[in-house]
Amino acid sequence: MVSTHVLLSKEESDELLNVLGVSRDDLPKISTRDPMVKYLKAKRGDIVKLIRNSPTAGQAIGYRVVV
Amino acid sequence: MSLSNKKIVKGIKFGLLSPEKIVKQAVVEINSPETYDQDGLPVPGGLMDRRLGTVEPSQRCETCGARAGKCPGHFGYIRLERPVIHPGLAKKIHETLSAVCRECGRIKLSDEELEEYEKQMKELEGRNPNLAKALSKTVIKKASQVNVCPHCGATNYSIEYERPTTFYEEMGGKKGEASSLVRIPPTEIRIRLEKINSVEANLLGWDNEVARPEWSVLTYLPVPPISMRPAITLETGLRSEDDLTHKLVDILRANEKLKEHISSGAPQSVIDDVWELLQYHVITYFDNETQGAPSSRHRSGRPLRTLAQRLKGKEGRFRGNLLGKRVDFSSRSVISPDPWIGINEVGVPIEVAKILTIPEKVTDLNIDRMKELVKRGPNNYPGANYVVRPNGVMVDLRYVKDTNEIGNELGQGFIVERHLRDGDVVLFNRQPSLHRPSIMGHVVRVLPYRTFRLNPAVCPPYNADFDGDEMNLHVPQGEEAEAEAKEILLVENNLLSPRFGGPLMGAIQDFISGAFLLTRKSVLLEKGEVMDLLYAGSYEGPLPPPAITQPRPLWTGKQIVSLFIPESITYSSKANSCVGCGDCKYDDCPGDGFVYVKDGELLMGVLDKKSIGATVPNSLLHRIVKDAGVAAGREFMDKAFKVFLRYSEGNGFTVGLKDLEIPNTVREALKKRIKEVEGEIDEAIAAYERGEVEAEAGKTVEEEIEDTIMSKLTKLRDEVGDTAAKNMDHESHSYMMALTGARGSVLNLTQISAIVGQQSSRGGRIVRGYSDRTLPVFDHGDMSAKGRGFVESSFYEGLSPVEFFFHAVTGREGLVDTAVRTSQSGYMQRRLIHALEDLHVEYDGSVRGAEGELIEVKYGDDGVDPAKSDHGIALNVDRIIDKVLKEGEVE
Ligand SMILES: [Mg+2]
Ligand SMILES: [Zn+2]
Ligand SMILES: [Zn+2]
Ligand SMILES: [Zn+2]
Repeated sequence: MVSTHVLLSKEESDELLNVLGVSRDDLPKISTRDPMVKYLKAKRGDIVKLIRNSPTAGQAIGYRVVV
Repeated sequence: MSLSNKKIVKGIKFGLLSPEKIVKQAVVEINSPETYDQDGLPVPGGLMDRRLGTVEPSQRCETCGARAGKCPGHFGYIRLERPVIHPGLAKKIHETLSAVCRECGRIKLSDEELEEYEKQMKELEGRNPNLAKALSKTVIKKASQVNVCPHCGATNYSIEYERPTTFYEEMGGKKGEASSLVRIPPTEIRIRLEKINSVEANLLGWDNEVARPEWSVLTYLPVPPISMRPAITLETGLRSEDDLTHKLVDILRANEKLKEHISSGAPQSVIDDVWELLQYHVITYFDNETQGAPSSRHRSGRPLRTLAQRLKGKEGRFRGNLLGKRVDFSSRSVISPDPWIGINEVGVPIEVAKILTIPEKVTDLNIDRMKELVKRGPNNYPGANYVVRPNGVMVDLRYVKDTNEIGNELGQGFIVERHLRDGDVVLFNRQPSLHRPSIMGHVVRVLPYRTFRLNPAVCPPYNADFDGDEMNLHVPQGEEAEAEAKEILLVENNLLSPRFGGPLMGAIQDFISGAFLLTRKSVLLEKGEVMDLLYAGSYEGPLPPPAITQPRPLWTGKQIVSLFIPESITYSSKANSCVGCGDCKYDDCPGDGFVYVKDGELLMGVLDKKSIGATVPNSLLHRIVKDAGVAAGREFMDKAFKVFLRYSEGNGFTVGLKDLEIPNTVREALKKRIKEVEGEIDEAIAAYERGEVEAEAGKTVEEEIEDTIMSKLTKLRDEVGDTAAKNMDHESHSYMMALTGARGSVLNLTQISAIVGQQSSRGGRIVRGYSDRTLPVFDHGDMSAKGRGFVESSFYEGLSPVEFFFHAVTGREGLVDTAVRTSQSGYMQRRLIHALEDLHVEYDGSVRGAEGELIEVKYGDDGVDPAKSDHGIALNVDRIIDKVLKEGEVE
């Protein structure tokens, strides 16, 4: 039911922000109180990668910054 | 303003005006409620004081010396004898008073807590205003619950707020004593707010630099310049002051009275009354629709239009003036259909073409043409209305005695504002502009008469019909705008919808009827007929070999249509006329319902809504537009559609009551069947009344019997409808229209010829009306079919009065629902558009907001433009196979 959440490492996060050309503030947000964030033990400022099913592309990727 | 003064606006910050600022920005104190003296001259210190600026062209401003129009207007101020609450900030004042100590003015939280919150606030400030707001909310909530001040130990009371601007302290109430509400006067409120220190004010949500808490209790009031509230002179010569002036007079009167009472030492209760009056006038001056304050009215009973009313709502400053401006070079007229012009075109009345102009620069290439136009002047169509000389001076040709003279003067650097002509591109729009194709570019065709003409094939995107609809037309005024209109907005470039991946425009109504009639198997055309049709379609190629040569050459309708289908098209589908084939029988389909186009040749099948209709994805039309290009699609619609119409004109297309007759024997059998089912229902009701009906799980007995009745009636209607449809004249034009999708449905036809069926209200049978029954002609508790809105008559026979009433009930409900739905969905649409207007796809394929914030990593997850997809599918493999094998297949 819940799509896959992956916690990105520091390096991966920096790489991602570089590729997307955005700062952390420009990413969509996810609450520290979100159950998946708690489960991943992600902290404020971490980036979570979402992999979910998409009717158009089969699989789609999204990113959330923990706030 | 000189050019060097120009600065770039980085942002706008809103705050409160401090009393000092109010006085400093003013040029005069206003203290007299009198506006004019006996001689009609403005009273100094009155609301029309000459120092506030002037709007009369004859006078000079006493402050800046400039004349009306140049003088920007200057503020004055009123010193209020007693402070009053700013009505817009009453809620904020309540929060603040509740959170701070009544004695020392500190927030009623411990120093440690405050320190922690201040630290958090510092972090959030500027970076995340929403979270900062949420933080002050929590601080306020926590501090409001504290009764004893942790700083000075003073006892605090809970503060009650009464709309619009009254505050009470709930004193006493200890040890069973009755608590009493004690009013806090604005003077006291101001004192308390003054005590709050700057850091804590920030914590409570005040932006201390620009909005000190105590400024929310007004001691001075700015008086706007006269240019903001000009008096108007009526035709009768009477002056009528602006509503704001009226309101300011009220404020000044109350203020003066208050002053008198205070200086004469009147009793406190009298002073309080006038003070309250002053507060009331200030409230309604700000917002005359404040909750809790009766609106202030004119003598005529019309509510005054004060500050908030000027800004709010549809006609307010924002929606009415800033977001909705009126424009030049535009025109509006009733629209009417003209299928003989192209879909890219718009018919413009010659009268309109003589008013709307296009600025054309005079060059070596067009100088002769321009000279000719200028000489013809503003009254001879194609002419010109204005000439702009190289020095920028505009010459109005209406007032030029000899246009030949200025025509000969023309040379490089001149601009000629010439009449609108055939071939110019204009923007055409119909409200409500709900989506992009509500405004499209059209090529002008100047025509006689007074309506805008529109090809009916482009009605769907505008949602236009010709029952009196009006549309707007705008003329681009520069090369860039013209290029955009031509290359981006032109109708043919909007044929495919980005919303559902199919053609937005296409055949409707008679186009479909004509296409069907022409492509039927039985159609064989004489050479003359073929020539006539091809002429209508502006066909210029050779005649194809006739399908039949003996006894004389005859052509099929399909041959004619094929001449207009691009050669690259291979396509197959099932038409509506294929009824009850089950698995398709292809070329043996009795209704000729297997549509098969091979290399642009219509080999089998009839055309109908499914293959050429508007807003039908995966149709033949869609294939043509997608595979052969928009120009080919436009050409097909411009040419083939005219052939369809020409054929239906020549063939004769009409409908009559006879179309809907069914044999009397069938009619009687159906009537018998209706009686039978009604009998069954009566029996079921009797069983229910005897208590013999058992409910299925999850239903009450009442629901069970209701469902039984409903399903019996639905089945009856379907059964009767099917039989009637079977026995109708299938060759009739009425039936043909329903079958091909040109207009109407088989259900409509059966309602006319056989049975109207159950009428509904609020999603069920009609039950409301009199107590226990719908109408007094029925018994109490009548649950029968007839008693609850079943109409067993047909429109052909006519309805009984009771049936007619039920039918009207359903009709009215439908009207009311549409009215409610449109207004609600309209407002939702507005909100959504404003929320989403600056989302865009970046060059990297991601969706970004206005400031580059990431919305979606890849547009739609797959990065596909839905307008270039097949009904949402990026790559339709079946189509490609179909196209390569050219065998024709339908699922
Ligand atoms: Mg209409
Ligand atoms: Zn002035
Ligand atoms: Zn205190
Ligand atoms: Zn068939």
